Amino acid sequence: MSTAFETEGLVKRFGDFTALAGVDLAAEEGTVLGVLGPNGAGKTTMVRVLATLLRPDGGTARVDGIDVTRRPDEVRRRIGLTGQFASVDDDLTGFENLQLIGRLLDLRGGEIRSRSKRLLADFDLTDAAKRTVKTYSGGMRRRLDLAAGLMGRPKTVFLDEPTTGLDPAKREELWGVVRRLVADGTTVLLTTQYLEEADALADAISVFDQGRVIAHGTPAELKRIVGGQSIIVRPTGADSLDAVAALLRRFTGHEPESPQRGVLAVPADSELVFTAVVAELALAGIGVTELALRLPDLDDVFFTLTGHTAADKKEEVPA
Amino acid sequence: MTAVLTADTAPEVLAPDAKRPFALARHSLALAWRNLVKTLRNPEQLIDVTLQPIIFTAMFGFLLGGALAGDTAAYLQTLVPALMVMLTLFASIQSGVNFSADLKSGLFDRFRSMPIGRSAPLIGAVLGDAIRYVVTVVVLLGFSSALGFRIDTDPARALAACLLAIGLGFALSWVFLLLGAVLKEPGSVQGVAFLVTFPLTFGTNLLTPVESMPGWLQAWMDVNPSVYAMDAARGLMTGGPVAGPVAVTLAWIAGIIAVFAPLAVAAYRRRT
Repeated sequence: MSTAFETEGLVKRFGDFTALAGVDLAAEEGTVLGVLGPNGAGKTTMVRVLATLLRPDGGTARVDGIDVTRRPDEVRRRIGLTGQFASVDDDLTGFENLQLIGRLLDLRGGEIRSRSKRLLADFDLTDAAKRTVKTYSGGMRRRLDLAAGLMGRPKTVFLDEPTTGLDPAKREELWGVVRRLVADGTTVLLTTQYLEEADALADAISVFDQGRVIAHGTPAELKRIVGGQSIIVRPTGADSLDAVAALLRRFTGHEPESPQRGVLAVPADSELVFTAVVAELALAGIGVTELALRLPDLDDVFFTLTGHTAADKKEEVPA
Repeated sequence: MTAVLTADTAPEVLAPDAKRPFALARHSLALAWRNLVKTLRNPEQLIDVTLQPIIFTAMFGFLLGGALAGDTAAYLQTLVPALMVMLTLFASIQSGVNFSADLKSGLFDRFRSMPIGRSAPLIGAVLGDAIRYVVTVVVLLGFSSALGFRIDTDPARALAACLLAIGLGFALSWVFLLLGAVLKEPGSVQGVAFLVTFPLTFGTNLLTPVESMPGWLQAWMDVNPSVYAMDAARGLMTGGPVAGPVAVTLAWIAGIIAVFAPLAVAAYRRRT
């Protein structure tokens, strides 16, 4: 496998504000790199540098081995961009938007028509193809934007917060599209504030905070950084909570917490503890409605790495 | 949305421009087509170019015609060709205003991330507004004819006069694109553009003869390109000297484009 895009020591400043403070990123061809971080962490700036929209103040960025500042037009032939704010024309119809992109990409007339039709069908926009985009819902615009980004069959697709503002069902559909793109050999850089989304799609995740990559790894590796898995138990009857708590304390040596009413969670230092707990619960005749050995989720990862959650950060960062 | 894509998304590196010649011309025309479609979908964008010729012709014709030329119809013979130049210059302001608004949109980010010439969006913006010039000239000639304006020369020369006025409008629109690329708000583009346009259009012999004006104003008129375009349009439509004013106007058109087109493109590139 070869590298689809990479950056080394990338720096970008806007006046006194350092948006990127030396970022190293890399993604193998045909994989999804998730760039995870709160608003203002530098994710969009990162995408804009790789998409040749911003010149970095320091460091290098290459797409397909090509330097983005030295040969931007060569890079532009290889990429598709879908922005955080849908970049389609309100006054054109869905079809006309794709037609315009096709003409700017020098596709032949027949290819423009057939490809636009296929993409509109794929994104469930066939019925709306002849309506101007100003009549579209937010989700429809987002889908058209993604379709426009795919007109040129790019090798690398930059998806800057593609599901922000979409309802959960539409988000899952978009995830399906991303998976299909990757199956076809496309490389995807996906920025997101949703920890769940990076976990669901990314082969590797770079966690951004204040213009730096503070962690990089597979979702499983990141979860390991945070360490401990935990045992989660929800007894069937609330009256057995005390008995279960005592049992967990005895087997794990840790004090159980109650993250929700009727649920107990306790760190488990080894997998063997879990099976022992299961057996003991059966012996004691305690019924459970939920029993799990849970890895930490990426919210926990973020908290461990930065000391604050992704959500608190949003307030204090310049737009 | 269907669960999977049916369109072929297997990656493909797009062929370089060299494979198909005239890339800049094709991309510019594609973007001009976009501007034209946008204007036609929002006909209120044409209100100014439709009503201005009527208002200015009626206002100046009836207000000043009796005093300056004895009657309105006689005054229109000198007013209308010059007014045509003023109206095409006014019409060109909107190119800069729309361009400024476009630059704020995500759509232009997409264009910038595509392998197209950096000047294509600007050329597209200038060419796409051709309809505004056509509308304003047609309405002017139609309305003033109803009030008694007559072309004394021939249709070919009259057409040449129209094209000359439109040419100056096209040239000036590069100045407004530069403003559009430099100023952040479309509203400020409009404001500054009018400040530029007023001395160009009213600092002329549009309404009254040059002899009646103070020396400093006459000095300004010696260099004001609109004066030459107005003289040329009068000559081409109602008779009189033509060669000199036409040559100076064409030189100005070429000069304005040669200076301001590269500046506007450079300002647009720097915005990225």
